[in-house]
Amino acid sequence: MSNKLRRIALTVNGEAVEREVPVRLNLVDFLRHELGFTGSHVGCEHGACGACTVLLDEQTVRGCLTLAVQADGCAVRTIEGAGENELMVDLQAAFHRLNALQCGFCTPGMLFSAQELLQANPAPSREEIRDYLSGNFCRCTGYQAIVDAVQAVAQMRHGARHGGRHGAPGP
Amino acid sequence: MKAPDFDYHRPETLAEALDLLARHGEDAAIIAGGQSLLALLNFRLAAPERLIDIGRLTDLKSLSEDHGHIEIGGLLRHCDLQASPLIARELPLLHKAIGHIAHPAVRHRGTIGGSLAMADPAAELGACCLALDGEFLLVSLQNRRWVAAADFFLGVYQTALRADEILAAVRLPKRRPGSIGIFDEIARRRGDFAMAGLALAAQTGDGGLSDVRLALLGVADRPILAGKTMAFLEGRPINEARIDEAAALIAGEIDPPEDPAYPPAYRRHLTGVLLRRALLELCS
Repeated sequence: MSNKLRRIALTVNGEAVEREVPVRLNLVDFLRHELGFTGSHVGCEHGACGACTVLLDEQTVRGCLTLAVQADGCAVRTIEGAGENELMVDLQAAFHRLNALQCGFCTPGMLFSAQELLQANPAPSREEIRDYLSGNFCRCTGYQAIVDAVQAVAQMRHGARHGGRHGAPGP
Repeated sequence: MKAPDFDYHRPETLAEALDLLARHGEDAAIIAGGQSLLALLNFRLAAPERLIDIGRLTDLKSLSEDHGHIEIGGLLRHCDLQASPLIARELPLLHKAIGHIAHPAVRHRGTIGGSLAMADPAAELGACCLALDGEFLLVSLQNRRWVAAADFFLGVYQTALRADEILAAVRLPKRRPGSIGIFDEIARRRGDFAMAGLALAAQTGDGGLSDVRLALLGVADRPILAGKTMAFLEGRPINEARIDEAAALIAGEIDPPEDPAYPPAYRRHLTGVLLRRALLELCS
């Protein structure tokens, strides 16, 4: 077999996938062009913007700084397959409700980072939210509404688990 | 903005990887997490004929301790180290620094060996290893050798690694009673490359600091020790006047490269600010 092509087997959004891919192909291009999961966006292609963020074995990674062959044997999740997670559904609803997106280009990556933060830290401060989302650039919103949305979900979920002390989030 | 074409090898064992390097080292690049290399490839700043993917070599993923040292496998990721209670307890300086490395998604892939071997002058881990007087294990098919951090970094992206060697492990001394470790850096945004940064390790006692090692990042072509400032801080109590003197001394001691965005005078100033903050933290 040529060393320029390699057969990989992985799961994407829970479904087994097997393909022969050029070894130079990065993960986000593989997801978009081979599998049609165009919710993962391609921005800077050098790891700065975070638009290509997906989950690899349950952890956020840069799709542009990961080769498809490096994902061989792994489990990948894109935004198209993220809706089974209740926390993600809440985040998506809050982003919608609080205008935490305009063009939507950064949103899938932003949502994965926010989900990961709230899984590890259910009640982050605004500063902790900004810190965790620092690797995801948004060129529309100025971030304020995004931080609002993540905080609203944290308060709703954390508050609900703690007897509603923190009250419901805003409108 | 796509990587150039290359051949790809994914050895299953360290021996296989070293054999590939022995045969192809000059034309090959080692890829571990790929968080620096893939950006360079996408920019076409590097175009190796082959990539040797060592990412699955479990031999290089161990974390161990003996009575005085911690040994960190080269393939341990930044997130592995950040989550390790052993690192937090025994290497608090390193633990603090890891939170400054890029962003969570990058820390999930990037490795300590990869970062050190890449030798970006603004990287956090090189400065930490220098401050802690660490050593790196470099292995090839024929040889194993330990190289001190102070002898490893040779320039921008330049190290003592030979083309057939892999950085297999990092050995750092555990904290001792009375030791302190401070890490701080200044970047325009969280996770950006630091404009200047500092890793300070020392022993504290009645007479002030001793065994002072003060490493800087982002202010030269490699991580450097601030020798004059270290000597100034050694064996004396710290007070406000001495903090002023030390900040002025370190700003004069370094010689940052010309940079259109950040003039050398600015980096000198920032380094003084960082040292002042670190010494004030020690006094408080």
